[in-house]
Amino acid sequence: MNHTTTSPSFSPSLWNLACARLVRDKIGMLSLGIVLFFILLSVGSFTGLIAQNWDEEIAVNYAPPSFLDTSKEHTDTVSRPVIARQQINLYGLHDPLSAVLNQIELAHPQDTMPPNDEKKLTHLLLGADKWGRSVALKTIKGSETSIMVGLIAAIVATCIGTVLGALAGYFGGWVDDLLNWFYNVFTAIPYLLLIFAIAAVLNQKGVTTIILILGLTGWTGVFRLIRAEYLKHRQREYVLAAKAMGASHYRRMFIHILPNTFHVILVQLSINVVGFIKSEVILSFLGFGVPVDVVSWGSMLNEAQNELVLGIWWQLLGAGAAMAILVTAFSVLTDTLRDALDPKVVA
Amino acid sequence: MWAFFIRRLLQMIPTLLGVILLVFFLFNWVGGDPAYILAGKMASPEDIANIRHQLGIDQPWYSQLWIFIQQIVSGNFGDSWATHESVSHIFATRLGPSLVLLIPMMVIETVSAVCFALLVSVFRRSILDQSLMVLSTVMMSISLLVYIIVGQYIFASWLGWFPVKGWGDSLWRNLTYYAPLPIFLGLMVSIAPSLRLYRTFILDEINQDYVRTARAKGLTESRVLFKHVLKNAAIPILTNLLMSLPGLLTGAFLLERFFAIPGIGREIILAVERSDFPIIKAATVYVAIATMFANLAADLLYRYLDPRVSLK
Repeated sequence: MNHTTTSPSFSPSLWNLACARLVRDKIGMLSLGIVLFFILLSVGSFTGLIAQNWDEEIAVNYAPPSFLDTSKEHTDTVSRPVIARQQINLYGLHDPLSAVLNQIELAHPQDTMPPNDEKKLTHLLLGADKWGRSVALKTIKGSETSIMVGLIAAIVATCIGTVLGALAGYFGGWVDDLLNWFYNVFTAIPYLLLIFAIAAVLNQKGVTTIILILGLTGWTGVFRLIRAEYLKHRQREYVLAAKAMGASHYRRMFIHILPNTFHVILVQLSINVVGFIKSEVILSFLGFGVPVDVVSWGSMLNEAQNELVLGIWWQLLGAGAAMAILVTAFSVLTDTLRDALDPKVVA
Repeated sequence: MWAFFIRRLLQMIPTLLGVILLVFFLFNWVGGDPAYILAGKMASPEDIANIRHQLGIDQPWYSQLWIFIQQIVSGNFGDSWATHESVSHIFATRLGPSLVLLIPMMVIETVSAVCFALLVSVFRRSILDQSLMVLSTVMMSISLLVYIIVGQYIFASWLGWFPVKGWGDSLWRNLTYYAPLPIFLGLMVSIAPSLRLYRTFILDEINQDYVRTARAKGLTESRVLFKHVLKNAAIPILTNLLMSLPGLLTGAFLLERFFAIPGIGREIILAVERSDFPIIKAATVYVAIATMFANLAADLLYRYLDPRVSLK
């Protein structure tokens, strides 16, 4: 043993070892970086630091991405059709409101006569959508929705699964039977079918609704593993020692045993986030998810589906690539975490 | 074996009751009053009272539950609220297209996933193994939606190799003309997870003592692989396959919707869009029952194939 770096009494904990393994894993660190980058993006967009004005129509309709740009000119003059009312009278029609409207026009000249040389961009970083909104900003805004939904729903599902699993595994007996019955019922119905059924019943779109649907249906995997962990731990010496010292059931369950199951919880949380992001995209795509005024990768893919036939592929690229990169990075991170936290692996 | 079988059958009763209660709770309590959905926007109180009486929801909850159980047992869920086609007829006619799509997909998926898994297990920790594992992680991460949108555009609209969407009456034409593209796109996402799972099954076996013994006896590598390793790895693969069979009943939601295949998956999505509760209720309950039986069959198959396993 090298006494210059570690004192003889120091024994690295599971978390020290896991961090050391994680840092050594280059691909794991890269995926952690990508995941953190996406989370930062969505936090930034949530707090309004970036992509705040994503819904401004800054470019012409379906402006192509700037890397396709060949010309030097970056703005285009869009003339808005302004029908002069005087013209109507040329056709011999009598306009009864003409006098009133002229008065209004004189009072508020800027409202009725829009500047018809409004500058609009012809090219944008990642192109523009049907209304001329930036696809890059929409993708960032979509990341916010998808990641927020995925994270919050995963936290809800993991909390439910952990508490129920702890109760079932720790107490056993009729509590275990009852909760196992719950588990069997929820796993008997295929996951997507259950989600669709709840979506049909609730019949209202909204971010909270999706979080509720995913959170209330996704707890089963965590439950099974945490229950097994508690079954294993409840008769260990340290728990019996805590009992001998007079620790209550609550203290033994959540202060003594719970920290020893954190590695399972963390990996399950990570798996759930990936699964829920995918589910949210499918739900929003089918129109059972977020409302129309909220951008998500799913609603972007929905718009992209019709645009592709017109040869407009940038919205598909934005949402599809962002989702693929995040989900790949998250999956790799989950695998790395699982390996790093596995106590059976010798460092 | 028989004692186990009967005990498992009896254990299924509380689960089935739970599923029935859950579906009943969702649709009859959380879902609100369906009479308002059915009656439309301009409904008079008499219309609503009439519909409520027809559906039986003016009765106390226990008689409604009894009606629901009778519906499940008799298989008669009444008519669809949207099209007034009987629910049993809808499922009977939509099952065919779903199976034409999903059975070839399942066969190709299993065969190719097992082949690839054997390949990467033989060359494990090599460049081939690592690159295939990275590739499968990436392929799994791209949404099926993206595969469908891009694939439908490139292969059907642009290159014109396949029809964009549609379905015919002749089985042969469906199988050879309409189904190949959706099957191919479905395989893009479904092979990778199976490959990763089967790889771990095979790797679990390949490190066992009996494999070393077989090699020590001087058997050829292919004999060790196919006769010894694959035979043992086939047990979890087969049970896994059996447990995925109920998925055939729900159809492929996204594929059927995009390619306008009149299967069960598309019907369920339509039902969710139209708040057509009888169809969703029937699908949920029957698929849950099928899942329970598939799990039981998987347990029995496991026991049959692997006599070392004792059933508790």
